[in-house]
Amino acid sequence: MDLIDDAPDPGPDAGDNNPAFTVSEIAGAVKRVIEGEFGRVRIRGEIGRVSRPASGHLYFNLKDDRASLDAVVWRGQAARLSVRPEEGLEVVATGRLTTFPGASKYQLVVEDMAPAGAGALMAMLEARRKALAAEGLFDAARKRPVPYLPEVIGVITSPSGAVIRDILHRLRDRFPRRVVVWPVAVQGQACAPEVARAIAGFNALPAGGPVPRPDVLIVARGGGSLEDLWGFNEEIVVRAAAASTIPLISAVGHETDTTLIDHAADLRAPTPTAAAELAVPVRAELLAQVAGLGGRLTTGAAQGVQRRRQRLADLSRALPRPERLIEGAVQRLDQVAARLAVALRGGQQARRLRLARLVLQPAALRQRLRGEGRTLQGLAARLAPALARRVAERRARVDSLARVLGSLSYTGTLARGFAVVRAGERIVTRAAYAAPLMEVEFADGRVTVQAGPPPRRPRRDEAPPEQGSLL
Amino acid sequence: MAGKQVGEMSFEEALGELEAVVGRLERGEVALEDSIALYERGAALKARCEAKLAEAEEKVAKITLSADGQPAGTVPLDAD
Repeated sequence: MDLIDDAPDPGPDAGDNNPAFTVSEIAGAVKRVIEGEFGRVRIRGEIGRVSRPASGHLYFNLKDDRASLDAVVWRGQAARLSVRPEEGLEVVATGRLTTFPGASKYQLVVEDMAPAGAGALMAMLEARRKALAAEGLFDAARKRPVPYLPEVIGVITSPSGAVIRDILHRLRDRFPRRVVVWPVAVQGQACAPEVARAIAGFNALPAGGPVPRPDVLIVARGGGSLEDLWGFNEEIVVRAAAASTIPLISAVGHETDTTLIDHAADLRAPTPTAAAELAVPVRAELLAQVAGLGGRLTTGAAQGVQRRRQRLADLSRALPRPERLIEGAVQRLDQVAARLAVALRGGQQARRLRLARLVLQPAALRQRLRGEGRTLQGLAARLAPALARRVAERRARVDSLARVLGSLSYTGTLARGFAVVRAGERIVTRAAYAAPLMEVEFADGRVTVQAGPPPRRPRRDEAPPEQGSLL
Repeated sequence: MAGKQVGEMSFEEALGELEAVVGRLERGEVALEDSIALYERGAALKARCEAKLAEAEEKVAKITLSADGQPAGTVPLDAD
């Protein structure tokens, strides 16, 4: 309706009720309508591709499952956004619609932007955390120990506000140190790049330069919403913290807030105040500790000498007098010396006694002689009967043998009429043995015979002559 | 023991060795001659610790950045 109301005067084609617009006219009309109607709108959608040309303006598109809307953030506004536009993030963008007559387009000029819901943001955060953890940026092995007593402390935070004040107060209470503050924006679009540059900048400081190089860094920010703390979840900040060669303590938000820089930091403090406590020990306690050690050092050294003195005294007491050492030996010597003369005399006496006992005793000798004599007499008395008995026995034996011999003698045979012929001493049992003179024994005596010629009727030439004589 | 020069030690190193020295002297586990040298080292370590503790100056500075974002120098910062 407004379109018709605002329509310019009808053109030359008066025959038609509908007036004719020029292209510019209609574009201008559309622009007025759209910008009038949608001067301030909140649009929810997912961020599509983001482009950041050198101009500093920011271009992206918002989309849902059916439509797409171009969006732009002018440079001045881009730094102030609380959420850095990122592809895939669901946001509610606040701004106004404008048209771009030259290209028949319309777009959203974004003035502010917020994540569409904590759930969406948390999901994105978790995905990013996993990706960075997979790279090893959060590995425990990467953590460096925070120095016990740093000389210089670098603080990356806002130079104004409660956070830096809390840190400085706590440092002063515990151990006043040199503090170098690198001012950064702690929220908004500028936060992440400034914090990342500050971490890298502190690391780039040369030792001994005009700006003292810190021994430890504290990255701190007070509590805030997830969106407020978002800069400390940015990848460039996490990478800078992980790459820092100076040990880094993160203290972002309250105890319950965890940002990704906490994972990459060498130490995570629940609050900025706690970061100051982690950074320095309490000086008063250390002074007391050193004083106590100093006292123990002196006492310990003195005690070492005292203990040795005492020990020496104890040992000296325990050391016996020299004469005591030989007392026993002297006593033994005395005892042995006393026994020496006695022993000599005793030995002599004992030997004399033995000698006395050994003197020859005639009575004993006589007694022995008497004994031996008696034995001799006994044996002598037994000698004659034994001999007689022995002779009788032998005689009886001879008689018996003589009888046997007699029964076996050839003289018996002679008694039966046989004769024994001897030639000399030789007994002639064959004619061949015959000698010219032979002796013939008969039972009653012996005769000598002369061998004659053989008998007349010899049955053989050489019949033994003695045979005939024998027969 | 006498590895690092006492004058080059950090507070923590000096404190740790001082504790060790005191412990050894107290346990009496060093020879008499050594205990004198040990006491002297302990005294030097204690002096080092005290010197480090005496350096308790508070100086708070803020880095000033040049136009290209590089640190240009420092100015005192009064945060109160």
